[in-house]
Amino acid sequence: MKYLYYPGCSMEATALEYKSSMYAALEALGAEVEELEDWTCCGASVAPVMSDLLGQALPARNLALAEKLDGNRQIVVGCSACFTSFQRTIAAAKDRAVLARINQALEVENLTYQGKVQVRHLLDVLITDFGPQKIAAQVKKPLDGLTVAPYYGCQTVRPYGTFDDPQYPTSMARVLEALGAKVHHHLREAACCGTALLTTKPDVGLISVGQILDVAQPADCIATVCPMCHMNLDSYQDKASKAMGKKLSIPVLFLPQLLGLAFGLPAGELMFKRHVVPVEPVLARLNVA
Amino acid sequence: MAEREVINLTAVKRDPTFGDRLIPAAGQQLSTCIQCGTCTASCPSAAAMDITPRKMWRMVQLGLVDEVLHSKSMWLCSICYQCQARCPSGIPLTETIAKLKQLAIQQQVKEWRTSTTFYLAFSSVMRRYGRMREMEFMAQYFLSNNPLDALGYAGMGWTMLRRGKLRPELPKLTGPGRLDKLFDRVAELEGKR
Repeated sequence: MKYLYYPGCSMEATALEYKSSMYAALEALGAEVEELEDWTCCGASVAPVMSDLLGQALPARNLALAEKLDGNRQIVVGCSACFTSFQRTIAAAKDRAVLARINQALEVENLTYQGKVQVRHLLDVLITDFGPQKIAAQVKKPLDGLTVAPYYGCQTVRPYGTFDDPQYPTSMARVLEALGAKVHHHLREAACCGTALLTTKPDVGLISVGQILDVAQPADCIATVCPMCHMNLDSYQDKASKAMGKKLSIPVLFLPQLLGLAFGLPAGELMFKRHVVPVEPVLARLNVA
Repeated sequence: MAEREVINLTAVKRDPTFGDRLIPAAGQQLSTCIQCGTCTASCPSAAAMDITPRKMWRMVQLGLVDEVLHSKSMWLCSICYQCQARCPSGIPLTETIAKLKQLAIQQQVKEWRTSTTFYLAFSSVMRRYGRMREMEFMAQYFLSNNPLDALGYAGMGWTMLRRGKLRPELPKLTGPGRLDKLFDRVAELEGKR
């Protein structure tokens, strides 16, 4: 299977380990992935606050680039915020007046968006295009004895993630089971990580992070599929511990890093040294040097 | 229990078109809100808000523009889409909050500067480089608020630098920005120039 890949800003910077492990895992599954050249920021949740049209034109610029290259190839994204920006734009552009206005804006970039190209979240690609059987077939070192707490976050499944239930998703658990891991289900799998509130309203955001860490603690690690969720859960554990008045500490891995471990891929490509909370306890449990 | 606040609807300035102006797509009406409170019950930030989501949408229906735009509530929205996903009337509540933020920024509401400057700093870095540069964005954000607040993040920032998660890059403050043309075109089409 062939995909175009839109990294988005975070996967090029703070979450480079997500990009690297995603490439390695998809390649092991036999997918061909090509990065979209000349991509720019999707606008995140910021552009729609600046203006309606900016919130549509920034994602559409990238969609138009993809269509110019090959309208039939689907785009895969790993960032749930990028995923939402694209889906929001695709939905809005079904209105021909909106589409026309987007294209008036894109004229200055010499691009036209037709509303054709499809955008898929990495988790959707893993569970739908490959599925537990094909994933299990690639497993060389099952994650025996490892208990993982899945964490989907919000925008992976809401409101556009039609591949799974928006309140009680199960797709990540099915992937983790295919890898041989034990799944620790908890009540905050699709709760909010606090997103930008960790910066603008830390007293509120840290409670969101703390509550997730707290219910996930019985597991050996948390699995995420979004750079923003990962940043909040991995980098703010000291602050969240203070806010909650209890010690909270648990490694937070990107799902494709766990795929990589189970597929026996080189540790270098999985980039565990970049994590704030050390991943060593997880590697030790799996007897990985 | 706190004393119930009473708003005298005949004495305050109201704009009955407020709800219509907010709704992002045609055919979806805030007037269908049945005040069930599912949004408030679903909101992870509701406890910290001065006006809870259910009450805020009622105030929007009533056209209480100033009261809503000066409230802290919209800036506590973490865009988790839980209210929108669960709203029995199918109103795109989360996306309507983006419109509230738009209006508050346009009207230069002063109270919640720490939040509005976050959006403005992000937007300016995005426009200049076409992609986010976290360090420059955070520097701009803290400088336009209280630079001393940055100290609270110094330890974390240092750890992230050592782990290679943050990349120091020299700012490029002169010459055209990567997305200047697109930003300008959008402003022109929206009649803001």
